[in-house]
Amino acid sequence: MSRTSKAYIAGIYEHPTRKAIDKTIPQLHAEVAIGALKDAGLTKDDVDGYFCDGEAPGLGGMSMAEYMGLNITYTDTTETGGSSYVVHVGHAVEAIAAGKCNVALITLAGRPRAEGVSSLAARARGDDLPERGFEIPYAPVITNMYGMAAMRHMYEYGTTSEQLAWIKVAASHHAQHNEHAVLRDVVTVEDVVNSPMISDPLHRLDCCVISDGGGALIVVSPEIAKSLGDRCVKVLGHGEAVKHLNGGRFDLTYTGAAKSGPIAFTEANLKPTDIDYASIYDSFTITVLETIEDLGFCEKGQGGKFVSDGNLISGVGKLPFNTDGGGLCNNHPSNRGGMTKVIEAVRQLRGEAHPKVQVPDCTLALAHGTGGQISARTGAGTVILGRNDA
Amino acid sequence: MSQQERTYKEPGINMETERYWEGTKNGQLLMKKCNSCGETHFYPRAICPVCFSSDTEWYEASGKGKIYSYSIMRRSEIPYVMAYVTLDEGVTMMTNIVESDFDDVKIGKAVEVTFRKTEGNQSLPVFRLCK
Repeated sequence: MSRTSKAYIAGIYEHPTRKAIDKTIPQLHAEVAIGALKDAGLTKDDVDGYFCDGEAPGLGGMSMAEYMGLNITYTDTTETGGSSYVVHVGHAVEAIAAGKCNVALITLAGRPRAEGVSSLAARARGDDLPERGFEIPYAPVITNMYGMAAMRHMYEYGTTSEQLAWIKVAASHHAQHNEHAVLRDVVTVEDVVNSPMISDPLHRLDCCVISDGGGALIVVSPEIAKSLGDRCVKVLGHGEAVKHLNGGRFDLTYTGAAKSGPIAFTEANLKPTDIDYASIYDSFTITVLETIEDLGFCEKGQGGKFVSDGNLISGVGKLPFNTDGGGLCNNHPSNRGGMTKVIEAVRQLRGEAHPKVQVPDCTLALAHGTGGQISARTGAGTVILGRNDA
Repeated sequence: MSQQERTYKEPGINMETERYWEGTKNGQLLMKKCNSCGETHFYPRAICPVCFSSDTEWYEASGKGKIYSYSIMRRSEIPYVMAYVTLDEGVTMMTNIVESDFDDVKIGKAVEVTFRKTEGNQSLPVFRLCK
């Protein structure tokens, strides 16, 4: 059957660097833009819409548009942390459908590793944060915040460290085939639970890597996609959400995916069992576990059982995930993983993933991004993608 | 193991929250309740996040609650317990669990408020396990 799509992803590019000592952030933005345009078969002059996150250098997207010499009539700098780029895909699709632009460029770049920015730094964003006084003195950092989500999930549902470890094990099985991955060694459940405890119950190997680099996407109108050929991938559905502490009444066992997922599935007129491959944001193992439940791949609380015994390993389990090795093993550029999630989903639908992890006849895929902190303010973006003939 | 004391960063106080920090200096944990919808919210705001009423009022909370979740931050010069505590008043707040042995900290355990001086001599509400 042929499903309608308001726009297509025509180009992708993941920067091969993992430590960019000799490049500036604007330079990385331009390099990924060049890569994605070349992949699409388009040029800089074709771009009329530009999307980036709020951390890109300059006010909104203006400085980067100038640096790259883009002549744009549409821009969107929606900032929802690591989920931004998944959200940008949805926004680009709507902008194209509304006739506001025809070729949208989305870029991400950063160099936290070269700059020595540890994920342990408290991510305060200024004195005017309304929650500042009620959080900063207690020293919340990304690891202990995600640790609290994991601890509560364990308490309510009996989830174990060994079950969480299976998520890392699956990612490592995929990363061994990725020459660019930061961590290429296959690990076992024992390796994960015996790695040093960072913030209970999360061990070092429950955490993603810190890496430099970035990526880019090109989203185009159906007319342009037609002229570019069958490597273009359909965007069938998109959902987004912001979840927060809700005035002090909240539940840490679910994420914003509980809202963004159903919106995306409804728009695509599909259900979780239709999905052949899933890219799931993996800042930590617990992020994947809660998201898989929230997206409906299993019932709430059953995530621990679902991810065990290799169920996420391509060629072994029912839900092959993050076949590039994900943020847990491959790449987490600029501490933001949503971009690479979309990129690997597109590779799968094109049949261009590594042969050892390529899902046979991959027709429908999902990419999900999580931003901010799931134990406080968090953004969620879900896209459902289809092969050109889906 | 028993906990070592760490230093606490400044909260940063503004006109919406200064009353809260006056309270902590007097050993009180103050909450904001909305007179329109009756709900307590946290963190305290001038405008109720439940119903958008500006008719909000301070009151002193019991200072008692239960641990909703926690994580022991081990990779820190002085390890500490990050936690969310659900107060008897029904709202959950971020805090640290102090004094107690790490091994004794569990979800659901009863806790009570106590206070610690910040670097700039403000008073910060933290919690310890009830005896």
